[in-house]
Amino acid sequence: MSQTKREMLVDPLVDNNPITLQVLGICSALAVTSSLQVSFVMALAVTFVTSFSSFFISCLRNQIPGSIRIIVQMVIIASLVILVDQVLKAYAFEISKTLSVFVGLIITNCIVMGRAEAFAMKNPPVASFIDGLGNGMGYGLILLLVGFIRELFGNGSLFGVTILETVNNGGWYVPNGMLLLPPSAFFIIGLIIWAFRTWKPNQVEEREYKIQQVEAH
Amino acid sequence: MSDTQSPEPKGAIAKFLAASPDSVGKTIFIAVAVCLVASMVVSAAAVSLRPVQEANALKDKQINVLQVAGVYEPGTDVSEAFAAFEPHVVELSTGEFVDDQFDPATFDDLAAASDPELSVALDDDPAGIGRKALYRVVYLLRDDSGALDKVILPLHGYGLWSTLYGFIALENNGNDIYGLQFYQHGETPGLGAEVDNPRWKALWNGKKLRDDAGDLQITVSKSQPAAGPDFYVDALAGATLTSVGVDNLVKFWMGDAGFAPFLAKLQAGEF
Repeated sequence: MSQTKREMLVDPLVDNNPITLQVLGICSALAVTSSLQVSFVMALAVTFVTSFSSFFISCLRNQIPGSIRIIVQMVIIASLVILVDQVLKAYAFEISKTLSVFVGLIITNCIVMGRAEAFAMKNPPVASFIDGLGNGMGYGLILLLVGFIRELFGNGSLFGVTILETVNNGGWYVPNGMLLLPPSAFFIIGLIIWAFRTWKPNQVEEREYKIQQVEAH
Repeated sequence: MSDTQSPEPKGAIAKFLAASPDSVGKTIFIAVAVCLVASMVVSAAAVSLRPVQEANALKDKQINVLQVAGVYEPGTDVSEAFAAFEPHVVELSTGEFVDDQFDPATFDDLAAASDPELSVALDDDPAGIGRKALYRVVYLLRDDSGALDKVILPLHGYGLWSTLYGFIALENNGNDIYGLQFYQHGETPGLGAEVDNPRWKALWNGKKLRDDAGDLQITVSKSQPAAGPDFYVDALAGATLTSVGVDNLVKFWMGDAGFAPFLAKLQAGEF
C-alpha cells in the first residue's frame, strides 16, 4: 500500500468522496437529509457499518471462498445494520421512527458493498477499518452539508432549534417547502459536486465524446 | 491470520486454514460458520434490547395520550402523569366496557384489527382501513373529585400516502372537541404533514361533533359548511387529500360504526 493511514482517512472526505466523486449512496442521501439531526444519526450509522464491516471482512478475506464472497459480505453487513437498527430503536426511539426503513436500507448502500469488495478483500484489517471510517465520514460530510441547507431553508431551524422564525409560527420567514422534498437533495448534491469539481479540477471526468466542428459541405 | 502462509502447515486447523478457500468443503463450512455467528449476534442484540424498545413504544403512545389531553410538557414524568388516565376496552357496537374480557393495559386494538375473531371487514369504508377491530382502548381522565374530565379516543384512517394514527380528546359532555393529534403518519412533509402543525391542531379546540338534533356535523373542508363555524375546521392548504382523509376518519370513528354508541352512553352519564 502506497497510501499512508492518514491519507486513507482524509482522502474520502473531499478528494475521493464516495458521494461527490463516485456518486454512490445517493438514495439514502435524498431521503434522510430533510433534518440535520436525522442526517447526523444516519451518518454515524453508516460510518459504523462501513468501518466494522470492512474490518470483519478483511479479517476473513483469506478464508472467504470466491464463489460466495458477495453473500458472505452481505451477511456481515446485514448483521451490523440490524445491530444498529436495534440499538437505535432502544436508545434513540424518536430518530429511529424518522429514519424508519432507511436504516435497514444501509444494507444496500453501495458505499458499504463498494469498500468491502474493492478494499477490504485485498487489504489487512486495520487499514480496511480506517478506509471504511474515512468513506463513512465522507458520506456523512455530504449528508450534513445537505441536511444543513435543507433544514435551515426548508424549516427555518438547525438541529430542531428555530433560527429563522417561519410564517406558520407567526414569524417572517417563508420556508421553501421544496427543500423538504427529496428532489431538492438532488439539486443540492448536484451543486456540491459542481463546487467540488470547480475547486479540484482533477475530479472532472473526461468527456466520453467531443463536439467537433465540421465544415459544411 | 497472517498474509504470509507458512510453507508446511501442521495440525488440522492450520491445514484447514491454509487450504484453498474455493474447495467445496471449505465453502460450505465458511457459509455455515458466518451465518451461525451472524445470527447469534443479531438474536442476542434483539433479545437483550427488547425490554428497552417495548418501554419506548409504550412511552411514545402514552406521551401522545398526554399531549392530546393537553397535560404534557417537556420534562413531565410520563408514567406518573399517565397513571391519571383510566384505560378501558370498549365494545364499539354496544359502547359497553368489556374490561373483564380483555386487560386494558395490554390489549392491542390495532393488532386486533387484523385478527378475524376480533374484527370485521368493512363494506362501507370511508376511512380506508379495510378491517375494523370490534374493541378499542379508550382513556378516561378524571379530575381530583373523581368526576369525568376528558375522554381520549383512538382513531385512524387513510390520508394521501399513508394511514394516519391518532387520538381525539373530547370534553366530558362527549361532544366538544378538546384536541386532535396524530402520532404516526407518512404524509408529505410541509404539506400533508402539517397535520402536526400546532396552529392547525389548535383549530380543533372547542369544535363540536354533533348539532342539537344529534346529527354528526364536524367537517374538515375549504369553506364553512351550512352547520356553522362550531362544526368547521379549515382544511390544510396544499393538502386536499390529506384533509379529506382526516375528515373521513373523524366522521367514521365518531359515527355509528365507531364510537357513537359509546358517546351516547357517556352523554347519558353512565361513566
